[in-house]
Amino acid sequence: MSDELLKPEELIKIDHKIPSKDWMDTPVNIRKGMYCYASNPKSVEYVGLPHARAWNPLDDDWKLPENWKQIIHEGFKERLDKFRSFKVFMDICVRCGACADKCHFFIGTGDPKNMPVLRAELLRSVYRNDFTKVGKILGKIAGARELTIDVLKEWWYYFFSCTECRRCSVFCPYGIDTAEITIMARELLNLIGLNIDWIATPVANCYRTGNHLGIQPHAFKDMLDFFVEDIEEVAGGIQVEPSFNRKGADILFITPSGDVFADPGTYTAMGYLMLFHYLREKYGFDITWSTYASEGGNFGFFTSHETMKRLNSKMYAEAKRLGVKWILGGECGHMWRVINQYMDTMNGPADFLEEPVSPITGTKFENSKSTKMVHIAEFVADLIKHDKLELDPSRNDHLKVTFHDSCNPARGMGLLDEPRYVIQNVCNHFYEMPDNTIREQTFCCGSGAGLNAGENMEQRMLGGLPRANAVKYVHEKHGVNMLACVCAIDRAALPPLMEYWVPEVDVTGMTELVANALIMPGQVDRTTDLRGEEIPGLQSDDVKTEGDNVEK
Amino acid sequence: MNVRYMYSLIAVIVLFLLAYAGAEAGVWSQYILGVVIPYLAILVFVVFFIRRIVGWAKSPVPFRIPTTCGQQKTLPWIKSSWLDNPSSRLGVIARMFLEIVFFRSLFRNTKFAVKDQNKPFYALELWLWVGALAFHMAFFTVVARHLRFFTQPVLFPISLLENIDSFFQVGLPGVFISGVVLFAAVTFLLIRRVLIPQVRYISLASDYFPLFLIFGIAFSGLLMRYFSKVDVVGVKEMAMGLVTLHPHIVEGVGAIFYVHVFFVSILLAYFPFSKLMHLGGIFLSPTRNMVNNNRAVRHINPWNYPVEVHTYEEYEEEFRDKMIEAGLPVEKE
Amino acid sequence: MSKNKKMYNRNIIVAGLILFIALITFPVWNYYVFSGETSTAPEIKLSEKAKAAKECVRSKEYMKTEHMQLLDVWRDTVVREAKRVYVSPNGKSYNMSLSSGDNSCLGCHVDKAEFCDKCHNYASVSPYCWDCHIDPKEKK
Repeated sequence: MSDELLKPEELIKIDHKIPSKDWMDTPVNIRKGMYCYASNPKSVEYVGLPHARAWNPLDDDWKLPENWKQIIHEGFKERLDKFRSFKVFMDICVRCGACADKCHFFIGTGDPKNMPVLRAELLRSVYRNDFTKVGKILGKIAGARELTIDVLKEWWYYFFSCTECRRCSVFCPYGIDTAEITIMARELLNLIGLNIDWIATPVANCYRTGNHLGIQPHAFKDMLDFFVEDIEEVAGGIQVEPSFNRKGADILFITPSGDVFADPGTYTAMGYLMLFHYLREKYGFDITWSTYASEGGNFGFFTSHETMKRLNSKMYAEAKRLGVKWILGGECGHMWRVINQYMDTMNGPADFLEEPVSPITGTKFENSKSTKMVHIAEFVADLIKHDKLELDPSRNDHLKVTFHDSCNPARGMGLLDEPRYVIQNVCNHFYEMPDNTIREQTFCCGSGAGLNAGENMEQRMLGGLPRANAVKYVHEKHGVNMLACVCAIDRAALPPLMEYWVPEVDVTGMTELVANALIMPGQVDRTTDLRGEEIPGLQSDDVKTEGDNVEK
Repeated sequence: MNVRYMYSLIAVIVLFLLAYAGAEAGVWSQYILGVVIPYLAILVFVVFFIRRIVGWAKSPVPFRIPTTCGQQKTLPWIKSSWLDNPSSRLGVIARMFLEIVFFRSLFRNTKFAVKDQNKPFYALELWLWVGALAFHMAFFTVVARHLRFFTQPVLFPISLLENIDSFFQVGLPGVFISGVVLFAAVTFLLIRRVLIPQVRYISLASDYFPLFLIFGIAFSGLLMRYFSKVDVVGVKEMAMGLVTLHPHIVEGVGAIFYVHVFFVSILLAYFPFSKLMHLGGIFLSPTRNMVNNNRAVRHINPWNYPVEVHTYEEYEEEFRDKMIEAGLPVEKE
Repeated sequence: MSKNKKMYNRNIIVAGLILFIALITFPVWNYYVFSGETSTAPEIKLSEKAKAAKECVRSKEYMKTEHMQLLDVWRDTVVREAKRVYVSPNGKSYNMSLSSGDNSCLGCHVDKAEFCDKCHNYASVSPYCWDCHIDPKEKK
């Protein structure tokens, strides 16, 4: 990846000087490394979205439909009528500037249009021109401008340079949420076929095969079977037996397919399998995976509300078909924003499910009694609290862990202390990053909301700089060597980010750490972690293992 | 020179000249400035303010999307942040109250800077919060104090407020702290907008205009009270004339009074068409005024419509053979 | 924008708007419902003595807006420089005193309630003159 990229010490020389030329007169500069490729027309067509065509952002001609201005205008109006958030946020910004330096993309690139306020002004300027009297009369003086092809290109570039992380919204005195504005802008762009392929193709895949990566059912099972073998190897001969599409199971498990596919997410997926196996052996825990609903994430959320709903529908549909009691959700960021803030409204009510109760501790998950979906961190925290897991945190002693709050669980849900509680119970060395970079003020990985492509690596490295910088701080101060997270996109996005800025730090999921520390029933001679690396102090010649059933 | 603030400055200067000329021209133009325009301005303010709010209200809130700024309510033994991530209506009310009255989100404001060796860091930056809060609090106090011109007898809370506001008993007439603070704060906000490059870059003419206008209002107010005095009894007589719907002009009150009243009228009439509507909008911001109980209580979207989905049947239809071969259960063998 | 569409969250928004209108129109309904007191400014009644004197220490217009400054200066002059005589621009001499003796302010404007308080109350001004000075008439 880094052969085309500048060296970190060159890239970090960011210029935050504001240009003298008015932003309205500065056309967008779309350049290599800073944008994602246009959507593949086949993917757009597959899900029936309009104006599928091959086009290239670097070309002058974007092959727009003839009446594109009209489509945008009408789409704009429709959304103002449907979303109060949109209308209010178009009207009430006072441009106080509090949001300006809160955006990781602005911090990383210094591009003034990456200030959340200007990102929103790109839409507002057209809104004023099209929908307000003052804007119509006073024009540019009132901050209004016509929608031209240059403005449209600016929209496309900057609304696909926003990861919908909501950090700006925390600081805005009116709660103006740029994610909300970006969501609307992307809906408008999709109306005329302007998407990026890193979103469009996963959407089409997910629609067809049930997951973003396009893994077909048999292959999905195969991949989990590989994990079964791996676990046997690294976990001291344990034979886990995941079940798929099984009717009558108590609980349905849904997690992002990214963790099935690529390291280090795969270790988290193995962690799930081991945890479920442990619970089944000890307490008769009954859970099934699904190949139809084999995706927790939802790239439809980065396309339009409608596409989000279409993809999300599989979760409840599958839960209903299998007749489970409730759904357990794996570690993922935007998946949980969708589940927490949209799913029940869009595809509920889930009256065919039961209010979630942990079959092991009897804990009622009151907070999810309507949606009927529980987060794995909530579930495991409850298990640990009730002392239902036999854990040896010293098995993670070689790790100095910090925790990256993923944007969506942090600011669209408030899942902050559950993963921390879990991690601190399975690891002895835990260090927080500085206050202004965690919890509700957490910095994005720089690759969320569909920007996790390969071709925009420079953009990703710059966007992830604030996060990487905070990791670097704890790395230098405390020797942190492991960055934990509860998000599959993080697990795909953070490793290259770390490799670039803080190469000594690795990335892990919460459940991987849990499974590392979990004392599996019947395990023999388990001296490695899930990655197959020997745990210092546990080598076979060093007889003391936690199992105690090895010959002394 | 930046055209955007020049436009606004020139607009306010023109308004000043208009008012000054009108005040000097004769009783007829004083009547327009002192009676007709204030009435019109109030009318425009109220009618269009309401229209704006109703306009917002006509768009539904399809999804419950609070920005959560603290721990959610989950397991009973995990302490949840009832204020920053409210799980009850009460929490939302408290959150909104602190937001509206004390600008709590601005209080979080940090400043990004790069120290030595390209190390970015973030420091608490409260000047914007201080300036904004001083401005709004002072403005509110000044407006409330002005009720002494609009009530007869003057109500006790208003005289009490006046007494508190002139607590230091400095100068004659006694200096009202709020007026000075308002003037200082509006000046600060204006200077900040012009001097901080980022803020100047994002500022529109419509950001400078109200600041210049309010600067003019505060300045003319201070001038009238402390320097070039006007006939206060006459001012009150005219104000009460407006209130009792028997408006009339008192002669010899002084041109500066008309300038003051004209500026205020312009501000009122301009209000509903501008960003100043954040006064109403903040109450309707879905990221702040909603309870984060999404998974416990279902939120209803009034326009929720059925969408095309890829059903399990269609899915199995496509992959049935492969599923059977892999030993996955299927509905139809 | 769109006509004849329903309002969402109607009750609370309408309640808020009613509160808004109530606040804005407060002076009007306060007047009509509660006070109803005359809206015209009080007229100053000059005492016989003042009428007879025809003129004050300065012109009427000047006294209307600047009397507080004048009294302030008087106070400082008396207390700090022990000078007790004020010579007005037209050459007449007055005793620099608010309330003592016939040649003071209240010596001429004998009725404090009618001459001072009326306007002060009307404009909601509470000068601290009377924290120390005593109205010779009220004293009895």
